[in-house]
Amino acid sequence: MSNKQDRKSVAAAVEKGLARRKAKEKRFQRAGLAAVITALMMLAVLLISIVSTGMPAFTQTALKLDFHYDESLLPAGQTLNEETIRAMDFHGLVKKTLREKFPQVKKRKDKKALYKMVSNGTPYILRDMLMEDHALLGQIKSIWVLADDEVDSIFKGSKTIADSRLTEAQYGWVTQLVAEERVMTRFNWTFFQNGDSREPEQSGIRGAIMGSLFVIIVTLALSFPMGVAAAIYLEEFARPGRLNDLIEININNLAAVPSIVFGLLGLAVYINFMGMPRSAPLVAGLVLTLMTLPTIIIASRAALKSVPPSIREAALGMGASKMQMVFHHVLPLAMPGMLTGSIIGMAQALGETAPLLMIGMIAFIVDIPQGLLDPATVLPVQIYLWADVPEAAFRERTAAAIMVLLAFLVVMNLLAVWLRKKFEKRW
Amino acid sequence: MSTKDKATVGEDQHGIESEDTETVGKPLLAAEKSRMTCRNVFVYYGEKMAIDNISLDIGKNEVLSMIGPSGCGKSTFLRCLNRMNDTIDICRVDGDIKLDNQDIYDQKLDVVPLRARVGMVFQKPNPFPKSIYDNIAYGPRIHGMVDSKTDTDEVVETSLKRAGLWEEVKDRLDAPGTGLSGGQQQRLCIARAIAVNPEVILMDEPCSALDPIATAKIEELIDELREEFTIAIVTHSMQQAARVSQRTAYFHMGKLIEVGKTNKIFTMPSHQLTEDYITGRFG
Repeated sequence: MSNKQDRKSVAAAVEKGLARRKAKEKRFQRAGLAAVITALMMLAVLLISIVSTGMPAFTQTALKLDFHYDESLLPAGQTLNEETIRAMDFHGLVKKTLREKFPQVKKRKDKKALYKMVSNGTPYILRDMLMEDHALLGQIKSIWVLADDEVDSIFKGSKTIADSRLTEAQYGWVTQLVAEERVMTRFNWTFFQNGDSREPEQSGIRGAIMGSLFVIIVTLALSFPMGVAAAIYLEEFARPGRLNDLIEININNLAAVPSIVFGLLGLAVYINFMGMPRSAPLVAGLVLTLMTLPTIIIASRAALKSVPPSIREAALGMGASKMQMVFHHVLPLAMPGMLTGSIIGMAQALGETAPLLMIGMIAFIVDIPQGLLDPATVLPVQIYLWADVPEAAFRERTAAAIMVLLAFLVVMNLLAVWLRKKFEKRW
Repeated sequence: MSTKDKATVGEDQHGIESEDTETVGKPLLAAEKSRMTCRNVFVYYGEKMAIDNISLDIGKNEVLSMIGPSGCGKSTFLRCLNRMNDTIDICRVDGDIKLDNQDIYDQKLDVVPLRARVGMVFQKPNPFPKSIYDNIAYGPRIHGMVDSKTDTDEVVETSLKRAGLWEEVKDRLDAPGTGLSGGQQQRLCIARAIAVNPEVILMDEPCSALDPIATAKIEELIDELREEFTIAIVTHSMQQAARVSQRTAYFHMGKLIEVGKTNKIFTMPSHQLTEDYITGRFG
């Protein structure tokens, strides 16, 4: 039968092609797998390099020295109060303590090198301790003070003597202190408690974290309600037409505008025209709101669109008004998508640097901002600033700050996942 | 009215001759018997005419079934009756549709109270993703028909009882409505619609997504509900139309071809198109 013959030949043809098809599929799978592995490897390299560079920044070397709060610090006839303490020479006290600890150091040059062993923030720490406890005057107190960043690097092993700026003599003094068990490495609380500083061992990211926090709060408080309201209006209430299309195109374009342009806009409008202060989290939040709005609007519209029309019909069929339909039924179902979009927008804003440079956030700010109008910096700008500094200890801190920023981003993304799970309704 | 008995129709294409626009049968009822009256209704989707000059009355306490091949306009017509077509921007409705002698397309009339009076049950069961209790209570709540928890409890219970669902769900009113079976969901939707005590209930192929047993339950329910409500039902199943309705309207390509008592339509159709459709020659 010719029919049977045909079927056989068809089967043979299929059989022949089958091997080729399978091979094609395998090749495609391999290519995909290779792409995934390459991406993962690059990510791993990035993370490993950041973590290995940044880890030492989380510990810090401290030296134990015996400070004698000599009565002679207080000029005769004066009583101990805030004013007189401020007038005391704690720099001298530190130098004297070091000289007494290492009596063998005689030369002026060597003495200078000796004084550099401890952080130059030490006098202020001593002063603050006396402020707190007036009874210290006349006593000898053993205090752990921060070592200078060069000593710190050597002790933590992140530098060898060869590439350290530490002299032979200084190294000798460190070894002497180690032998006396007067050196230890502890968790670097300073890094989380201080603002920026010119001295690596005193610098921290508290200021940048607070700045980022204020900025994100402003951005979230403005962009989420505005974005969601705009999305609801455009998606549910606006009559489709030319104007609506134009708005949609513009929003999509805004999402693609380079962020530095928003920075320039912020500089021109908020600072120059409206006279808001420079470097303020409020201005940064306003700029980032402009930048985040399109993202939130687009995500929210997509979330609204994905709510099945059957629910809208059910609500309208029950005699719900349009507003009731949106707020009772559509919005709760669209919420997870909206929240996810908003948090992704927030994460973007948190990592944004360029527009904030334009509004003065690049300034060197030591004080920790207390409010929305205080000069502040943010984490990514802090990273940018530190990456520019030559000291090796700042390189560690740059990497450590990147780790903190990444941790924030991971937390925000987890929050997005959690919120989505929490609000998601099954049907 | 029905002088043109059997229209001549081409063998293959079941088109309508241009002069053949008059409806066969008795689309209109006496004024005291009718709940909704529709006169010269036209519906356009943009340029396209979807409903072409339909006049039809829906009587009090009757079940009117609307049958016809896909795309004939029966669902479109049904959705005109509670202005659900308003949600489609390109849709335009011309003509005169009255509920108890009140023009429902009156500019001054708000659709919200209208839809409270003309409820709707959709093709696919679409309970809200809320609890069974909240599904029923939603309508009475938004219309301010209940003030207290006891009121609401009562409405929920009576509505579920009237929809024949009470016994099955009374122990799990807090369970999500979407967790019920398809047939239960559809009865929940009916219970939700009758909770606001409408005058008319529109049903758009309410059983097309259900199995025969669930369908039988819904049909039984429709028959019971007729005592209190006026029901207009669109269906693809001619057996269903025959089982539940007193009057049947046959639609074809946007026109109302024939209306009459259900048993007459199914046993002695006057129009050739109706006969072709119910004997299964097309559709």
